[in-house]
Amino acid sequence: MEILLTGGRLVDPANGIDGPCDLRIVDGLVAEVGEGLAARGATVREVPAGTIVCPGLIDMHVHLREPGQEHKETIASGVAAAVAGGFTAVACMPNTEPVNDHAGITQLIVARAQEAGLARVYPIGAVSRGSKGELLAELGELKAAGCVAVSDDGRPVATALLMRRALEYASVFGMPVIDHCEDPTLKGDGVAHEGFHASRLGLRGLPAAAEEIMVERDIVLAGLTGGAVHIAHMSARGSLRAVRAGKARGIRVTAEVTPHHFALTDERLEGYDTNVKMNPPLREEADRAAMVEGIADGSVDVIATDHAPHHYDEKNVEFDRAPFGIVGLETAVPLVLDRLVHPGTITLARAVELLSVNPARILGVAGGSLSAGAPADITILAPDLETTVDPARFRSKSRNTPFGGWRLKGGVAATIVGGVVKYVNPDVVGADALKW
Amino acid sequence: MPVVMDGDRMARTLARMAHEIVERNRSLEDVAFVGVRTRGVPIARRLAEHVEKIAGVAAPVGILDITLYRDDLSRHAVGPQPLVRRTDIPFSIDGRRILLVDDVLYTGRTVRAALDALVDFGRPRAIQLVVLVDRGHRELPIKADYVGKNLPTAPAESVQVRLSEIDGVDEVAIEGGEAA
Amino acid sequence: MTATATALAGRHLLGIADLTADEIGLILDTAEAMKEVAERPIKKVPALRGKTVINLFYEPSTRTRTSFEVAEKRLSADTLNIAVATSSVVKGETLIDTVLNLEAMHPDMIVLRHASSGAGHLLSKVCRARIINAGDGMHEHPTQALLDAFTIRERKGRLAGLKVAIIGDLLHSRVLRSNVLLLSKMGADVWACAPPTLIPRGLERLGAHVTTSVDEAVRGADVVMMLRIQLERMEGNFFPSLREYFNVFGMTPERVALAREDAIIMHPGPMNRGVEIASEVADGPRSVILDQVTNGVAVRMAVLYLLAGGGDGD
Ligand SMILES: [Zn+2]
Ligand SMILES: [Zn+2]
Repeated sequence: MEILLTGGRLVDPANGIDGPCDLRIVDGLVAEVGEGLAARGATVREVPAGTIVCPGLIDMHVHLREPGQEHKETIASGVAAAVAGGFTAVACMPNTEPVNDHAGITQLIVARAQEAGLARVYPIGAVSRGSKGELLAELGELKAAGCVAVSDDGRPVATALLMRRALEYASVFGMPVIDHCEDPTLKGDGVAHEGFHASRLGLRGLPAAAEEIMVERDIVLAGLTGGAVHIAHMSARGSLRAVRAGKARGIRVTAEVTPHHFALTDERLEGYDTNVKMNPPLREEADRAAMVEGIADGSVDVIATDHAPHHYDEKNVEFDRAPFGIVGLETAVPLVLDRLVHPGTITLARAVELLSVNPARILGVAGGSLSAGAPADITILAPDLETTVDPARFRSKSRNTPFGGWRLKGGVAATIVGGVVKYVNPDVVGADALKW
Repeated sequence: MPVVMDGDRMARTLARMAHEIVERNRSLEDVAFVGVRTRGVPIARRLAEHVEKIAGVAAPVGILDITLYRDDLSRHAVGPQPLVRRTDIPFSIDGRRILLVDDVLYTGRTVRAALDALVDFGRPRAIQLVVLVDRGHRELPIKADYVGKNLPTAPAESVQVRLSEIDGVDEVAIEGGEAA
Repeated sequence: MTATATALAGRHLLGIADLTADEIGLILDTAEAMKEVAERPIKKVPALRGKTVINLFYEPSTRTRTSFEVAEKRLSADTLNIAVATSSVVKGETLIDTVLNLEAMHPDMIVLRHASSGAGHLLSKVCRARIINAGDGMHEHPTQALLDAFTIRERKGRLAGLKVAIIGDLLHSRVLRSNVLLLSKMGADVWACAPPTLIPRGLERLGAHVTTSVDEAVRGADVVMMLRIQLERMEGNFFPSLREYFNVFGMTPERVALAREDAIIMHPGPMNRGVEIASEVADGPRSVILDQVTNGVAVRMAVLYLLAGGGDGD
């Protein structure tokens, strides 16, 4: 099977390409990239006008809930949401039931993902057994079974000593330690960013300092051990300061920011909508502005969604009783394009770095570029598509989003994984022609 | 918007009503006036003054706010609901003859509410109803004992009693209806 | 009076935040008339006859529940008390399910006390009945602030321009939030005072001066309002001991002497004598603590009446 994708603007920052370019796909791999390629027997497919061809987007922070909480999401529904959101791959956090702390669970996830056959799924293993923060999980076995990183997400890596050991030990297997940073004693039983709005609404506070302290800790330990730490869902401006300083010292620290943390602030708490309850919480405007600045200047490496599906009934309760988290796979691309690219804060090439190049590099997985020989994981973006976020149309099993009804400029035209078209957006004129 | 009673007429009407009150109540010792807010109150005061001039007896005057006794709370989605204000009856009504005073007698519902309210304050010996204008269209079996003026009206019309204490002028006018 | 008598008809009362100064004035004026009802031989009027009010209390509160119940009875409403221990919430039923079940009885109003901030907001989105917030978590307790304002106005003749010092556990207090919102809307000069551990962030933006000095808060005050210190706060290291709290932040006769000579002392109750307030102060001549209880009924009658209202003229 040979396909020639023509007529697109190719944005492939890893290869320094941003311009009109054709792309030949042979047997699921990128075979040739260049202007005016000859068909030579390939099936020619013209991409819709005004769309962008780029390396497949990778969401390195999602919760697929399977095994154990299939009423919120399954691997099948999660990867369906992923390709609909333009992601050719996702890395899923280990806080399932049971926790992905041994090869059996990892293998189950890999097998389920293969059955679904949509986006690639890279499991993230637990740092500690049961993510309890006591004993290291068998990281070597997890790596062998297919894990690409380790994390106790949902919780922080509990102690400085455990974090030190994890950084040291995981480096043997080339895996970064991804940390959900919050000091548990400062966090207390907080439910919202500690600031004016939480005070006014009588919601117990989660201070930014709880995050910043642990980011500082992790960077110091990464410096001590030489290990690679990746800061999950960074939200506080003090954390960004620490990451910048760590990078300046040559420490192996990377960081991700979610769309909701660059798009929303704690003002949204008014009205007690449980779909603005997530951890880390929406912070104040100075923090949001800092995240945007970090995204623009390169201090932030990755945009990841922290896709955290919850059932309607679980969210339809008192604010302090609702679980933390929102879905993000199907709103990330429109938010990045509308809030960051169109206003000129970042270029499309930078967006591709944040959503593809850097996640691939940090996790050490394929993708992130469209060099000859690379898997043909391709996202076709429709930057000028006018979209209205309609949770009823989500592929995800859950609809817990604060973005319902938002009108955004930018979307996904099609998602191609391993040379196979996995998703075509019916709202994009001409996208149907891509199907092969 | 025809004025059907001007200031002079009103003064004469009230004087006449005071005489009737004195005639009908041989002993005035146990009589008290209770005016229904808002415009029943100045009318009650004026009647009490007249009665004192005529008979030399100063009958006390109380103020009754019947808002909390109305039967139409939330019966209609729109329209003004009067402010609740204090009732002020600074005397015991037990065993007294109460002259209940209002400006206009119409459906009778206000009087019904006023009677309910009054009996919560004690057990008067008798209650007599005094109104400046009776415009008809009763919905309850209520009849006034003293009427200043019977005024046939159409239901669509409204009768406005204006008193100098509140409105700066003494007059009764008919508003709305076909004439408007 | 610029707020018409129907300004509140058919609305929920979730917090002082939703009320304008005129609407607050309307409630306080109506409460004056309601207070007169309590002085009658028959302390009952038929205004809410045929209305059903459910008192749904997820937290124990004898004081507030009793006050609402008396207010409802004086207005001739049919009342139904549901306390947490006797309801199905213990079986894990959600708040919304519980209330939807109660709605089948067609209540006109639900008086809700709940430990979660925003519980009333949640219900207001699904209920036909009007919700009266009788205290939600650390958020608001609007009828308490209204009765406090009523009591102050009764004693001082006004709210505007008064210096009001509020001292105690500000962080966890819904009474504080409602009072700051109300008093600042009505033009009072509000001072909030606590140890720094018990001051919510951004309190100034709600409309209060914030200080950790009791002397600064009380000096020249027309009103001194003490808030309850919950004994379990010690475990959170908010302060080291009750003894020390009283020594540094408690209201003593010496500190009261810094206030204006005609200052009044308030407390929403229940009091911890010897913790936030000395008995000499609580029982002293300036204390209006029992007036607050009496006025609570009148203010709640006004709220119930105004929310139920909407009739037209005779
Ligand atoms: Zn997390
Ligand atoms: Zn997460």
